[in-house]
Amino acid sequence: MSLAGASPAPASGAVHVSLRGVSRIYPGRAAQPALHALGPIDLDLAPGEFFAVVGPSGCGKSTLLDVMAGLATVSAGSITFEGRSVNGAVPDGVGVVFQEDASFPWLTVTDNVAFGLREIGTPEATVKEKVSYALNFMGLGDFTQAYPAQLSGGMRQRVCIARTLVLEPRLILLDEPFGALDQQTRLLMGDELLRLWRETGATVLLITHALDEATMLADRVGVMSARPGRFLELVKTGWPRERDSTIVADSRFGQLTSRIWTLLRAESLRAMGHSRIAR
Amino acid sequence: MTRVGLLRLAVIVGAVVALELLIRTGIVPRFTIIPPSEMATALVGVLASGKFKIDITVTLSNVAMAIASSMIVGVAAGTLLQGAPAVRRIFDPLFATYYAIPMYAFYPLLIVIFGLGDMPQICIGFLLAVMAVIINTINGLDRVPRVLLKAAQVHRMSVWRTARRIRLPYATPYIFTGFKLAVAYSFIGVIGAEFITSSRGIGYEIAYAYNNFDNPLMYSLILFILVIVISVNMSLHTWEKRLMARRRR
Repeated sequence: MSLAGASPAPASGAVHVSLRGVSRIYPGRAAQPALHALGPIDLDLAPGEFFAVVGPSGCGKSTLLDVMAGLATVSAGSITFEGRSVNGAVPDGVGVVFQEDASFPWLTVTDNVAFGLREIGTPEATVKEKVSYALNFMGLGDFTQAYPAQLSGGMRQRVCIARTLVLEPRLILLDEPFGALDQQTRLLMGDELLRLWRETGATVLLITHALDEATMLADRVGVMSARPGRFLELVKTGWPRERDSTIVADSRFGQLTSRIWTLLRAESLRAMGHSRIAR
Repeated sequence: MTRVGLLRLAVIVGAVVALELLIRTGIVPRFTIIPPSEMATALVGVLASGKFKIDITVTLSNVAMAIASSMIVGVAAGTLLQGAPAVRRIFDPLFATYYAIPMYAFYPLLIVIFGLGDMPQICIGFLLAVMAVIINTINGLDRVPRVLLKAAQVHRMSVWRTARRIRLPYATPYIFTGFKLAVAYSFIGVIGAEFITSSRGIGYEIAYAYNNFDNPLMYSLILFILVIVISVNMSLHTWEKRLMARRRR
């Protein structure tokens, strides 16, 4: 048994997720003007690609994830996932991991991970098999009967990742999943994410504020502008599929990170209102 | 037992012994209150005689009815109101002033509607209890983190399933607080109502003993109610602690 979904093998030229002219505008209210949060954005993700998004705070990174997941509607443009349109409803085959702790405090680790499978009426024998595989894969084997309150933040995030994994999503969206964790835990979780990505063959979109994390993990890094967020540049990393956190020692790692930082520095300063320093 | 537990026990035992001594030395007249030891022996006699079996059954089952109905109606109403902010705003002032209403004032009305059976007592208990359940249910549902609702969306759950599988389970500790209050209010409501115009029940028997200057009987029944309410509350407290142990962060 494995975690691989029904995803096609990465083929050059194939498109798994496609965004065309996508923008999101929060309508104004009584004493509040409308807010143009995102876009327009054009983006194609290949099947099995690992794509990371970095950008200044408040640039609409999370909004991008929300509309791609179908958690929010687009104001203009269109999103397709496996050829079908996504707008305001989460399609089958999409998994999301959030920055905030989304574990269910009233359920044990096992029941948390089994939640989605039971929700779609999976036979209990299959649930057991898949859950125990995912728990071991995420290193939660010793905590099956624990409640989230008894676990550390990193372990709770593993529970949430395992809960997403068992559903065998073909597209996994992660919204700063390690943002609340310390640096060492983040690097280790990065390794786990790479392992998981290779194992499942899923397409991964990772939103992060950590440049090193983006450079280390992704095939391509999308650098976003200040609000309304657009892609300034898509940076190809060119890492082999078999890789782990030790590539931070690779000479190209520094070059790539500094390339991304150069792009981002000007935008971040602009977002903070220091336009003169940036120019 | 912990140090605090021992001290607590010492305070209670000390108070009972002090009351016993005050009465036995005549400082507090026997006409006002009888010694606790005599209350206890009278209670044993009363329970052994089986004379009040029906009254005890009636009171406890009416209390149970008030608790059950206030929980069902309270959780349902709280869930619906929390899900409909417009309706909730209309009822908001009522939540704040509800407990300013003396429910017993409606007793004559309840007798006109329901007659002299068990219903008026159950109704008073229900009326007192239900708002505590509604308020605590709403409070719990208000606190469900947004990210859990997003997780529900990702699992493509309907509004109804989200309520049943995410929102209400999250709100359970708050609803439990409402439940504890509902138990207390139901006892207060039912026994209080029995004092007024009932022909059976522990409250009625206490009033009857009082009117007949039957101090031993009156105090033994009061002691009986105290013992019941305290043991019910202590078991609820233990249950709540066990429930909360796994949730605490």
